[in-house]
Amino acid sequence: MKRVISVIVENEHGVLARIVNMFAARGYNITSLTVAPIPESEFSRMTIMSEGDPKVFEQIVKQLYKLIPVYKVIESDNFIEKEMAMVKFNLDEPLSDIDALARCYNGSISNVGEKHVVVSVVDRPDRIDNFLKAVKRFKPLEVVRSGVSVIER
Amino acid sequence: MKMTGARIVIESLIKENVEVVFGYPGGAIMNVYDEIYKQDKFKHILTKHEQGAVHMADGYARATGKVGVAFVTSGPGITNAITGIATAYTDSIPMVVISGQVPTTAIGTDAFQEVDAVGITRPITKHNFLVKDVKDLAFIIKEAFYLAKSGRPGPVHIDIPKNVTADMTEFVYPEKIELKTYKPNYKGNKRAIKRAVEAIKNAKKPVFYIGGGSVLSGASNIIREIVKTTQIPAVETLMARGVLRYDCPYLLGMVGMHGSYAANMAMNDADLIISLGARFDDRVTGKIDEFAKNADIIHIDIDPSQIGKVVETKYPIVGDVKLVLEEMMPMLLDGIDPNRYEEWREILKRYKELYPLTYSDSDEVIKPQWVIQITGELAPEDAIISTDVGQHQMWAAQFYPFTYPRQLLTSGGLGTMGFGFPAALGAKEGKKDKVVINFTGDGSIVMNIQEVLTGYKYKLPVINIILNNNYLGMVRQWQTMFYEDRLSETDLSDVQPDFIKLAESMGGRGFTAKTKEEFEKAFNEALNSNAVCFIDVQVDRREDVLPMVPPNSPLKNMLVFKEDK
Ligand SMILES: Cc1ncc(C[n+]2csc(CCOP(=O)(O)OP(=O)(O)O)c2C)c(N)n1
Repeated sequence: MKRVISVIVENEHGVLARIVNMFAARGYNITSLTVAPIPESEFSRMTIMSEGDPKVFEQIVKQLYKLIPVYKVIESDNFIEKEMAMVKFNLDEPLSDIDALARCYNGSISNVGEKHVVVSVVDRPDRIDNFLKAVKRFKPLEVVRSGVSVIER
Repeated sequence: MKMTGARIVIESLIKENVEVVFGYPGGAIMNVYDEIYKQDKFKHILTKHEQGAVHMADGYARATGKVGVAFVTSGPGITNAITGIATAYTDSIPMVVISGQVPTTAIGTDAFQEVDAVGITRPITKHNFLVKDVKDLAFIIKEAFYLAKSGRPGPVHIDIPKNVTADMTEFVYPEKIELKTYKPNYKGNKRAIKRAVEAIKNAKKPVFYIGGGSVLSGASNIIREIVKTTQIPAVETLMARGVLRYDCPYLLGMVGMHGSYAANMAMNDADLIISLGARFDDRVTGKIDEFAKNADIIHIDIDPSQIGKVVETKYPIVGDVKLVLEEMMPMLLDGIDPNRYEEWREILKRYKELYPLTYSDSDEVIKPQWVIQITGELAPEDAIISTDVGQHQMWAAQFYPFTYPRQLLTSGGLGTMGFGFPAALGAKEGKKDKVVINFTGDGSIVMNIQEVLTGYKYKLPVINIILNNNYLGMVRQWQTMFYEDRLSETDLSDVQPDFIKLAESMGGRGFTAKTKEEFEKAFNEALNSNAVCFIDVQVDRREDVLPMVPPNSPLKNMLVFKEDK
């Protein structure tokens, strides 16, 4: 089962390693991980997407709480979830089709260079999956996904 | 006043009332050692190996309840300390380990004697720090001591680069510490406590399951009182031996793989298990699916992550065992009827009579269990007992008459061979007026035998009783039971040290005992010898630790006699 949690941590040396170790030590995979400082505070927010058995996950949450720099672990199924993806295409692909598709996924063409065009979209991870499927026919050269960020409603 | 980082380390330890530091110097921590030289407020004990230093700090902490402190240098110093730190971590022992590190400018360059020390200790410490700026040093030390002893205790590691110990700053030691992210919950939730008390009152077959957390929280007295007034039967884990006196009529003995039949059946048959700082270790529960099938569980623990980790808990209470029991006590006394559990006690009494903890003694050959028992009779009641790991450890836990908490020092969680002797030395340093005895095996003792020199230098007489079966006995027992007696690499009879010469070469004393008389004589002499002693007792080679729950079997499938297998 897919799970997303947010961990609010003190911004200090080694904290990311501490959190990631906790998952690794329990044989848990991290599907995606995003981290950034929370503005005007000494905390950072990490959003971790993972998959697995609810019992093990409950332990992970308790173990996370045990880590000294962890301030709060937020588990909720009522949140808004967004991810960004950037995709690079050859300039000779049909730009207006690509642009139209990107617009369906809260995106647009971000850059047009001499050889390549870069499109970025921001949407729910499952919709990003769809977008990436849909753009396959334009032969994407490179895909970069950011990992999810969530915020409670 | 401005001072160097090295000096700040010293002044901070003095503020923490540290009496003794166990350690080993080296390049990266030399500035600190230079300051040790200049002061006389606390003692430094130079060990022969960093592992010895950390185990000594650990034994000191277990025996005294204070924080153990160890200093080591960078690189090979801190890596030698790892086993000791992991041992303390698994058993929740309060400890602060300070290591030197290469200068901040050299970190990450594979400099001489550089290792990623905080990376290595991260999974085996409660918390760790790399000090990057001398300005943070005093605060970090304060925080380290606070973390080590508060909440669920544990080892904390501070890694200090050499330049930080040379840099100067104003020394201000914080009075109090307030951490936004760390607030251990000492007081149990009132409603949860009430519900638990009701459950106890309604139970027919309750049992107290006493664990190491009871010792750490100093709950022994209140547990004794509650057990006495409620007359509810109790079992102890290895880590809790001595919380109840060995002769307490409600104590069924140790629980688990080598626990007593009555204790294990009590857990098996109970309708309510009241866990007091115990963690449902697999050595205790046996096969988990079959564990305590008819019991509801009250789980009192300071560490929320322990609760529900292994077994489903109907009554979770997060809090300090002692404080929670203090809250429970008056509610329990109000209207509890000890007669209610009379029938239950009778059943358990019958189990006790049916399969008492016993062994067949012999006059031809010394039985290891006899050695433990006779030592219990010959030693003062408050002697401190440490053990190494193996059969002797289990026999000590089964047969020694433990009278006080903190009387048994043993590596329960990690099972570290080589722990017993240095831990005994640390305990002796902390409790000078006590007799300290280490039960060890011919395998274990040689793992840190160099520390005889430390005992000699600092006048720490401890008695090592080597239950010498010329085997790595515990592994041999498993090979006998589960590998058709294929004794792969466990027979030590071809090369044995001469323990007398070995002890004497390092300023200690050695005795051998091949008969009971020789043992008693040697022990009495050792008691009065004021030296580190080895008593090499030649015991029955093929004795097994029984009873035994085979690994991953339900508790009720205990092998009680040798014929059982
Ligand atoms: C450092 C370490 N290495 C290996 C083991 C595995 N081990 C557990 S008990 C044991 C045998 C111990 O032999 P000995 O000290 O002679 O004690 P005995 O069992 O004979 O009483 C071994 C090797 C361990 N616990 N610790």
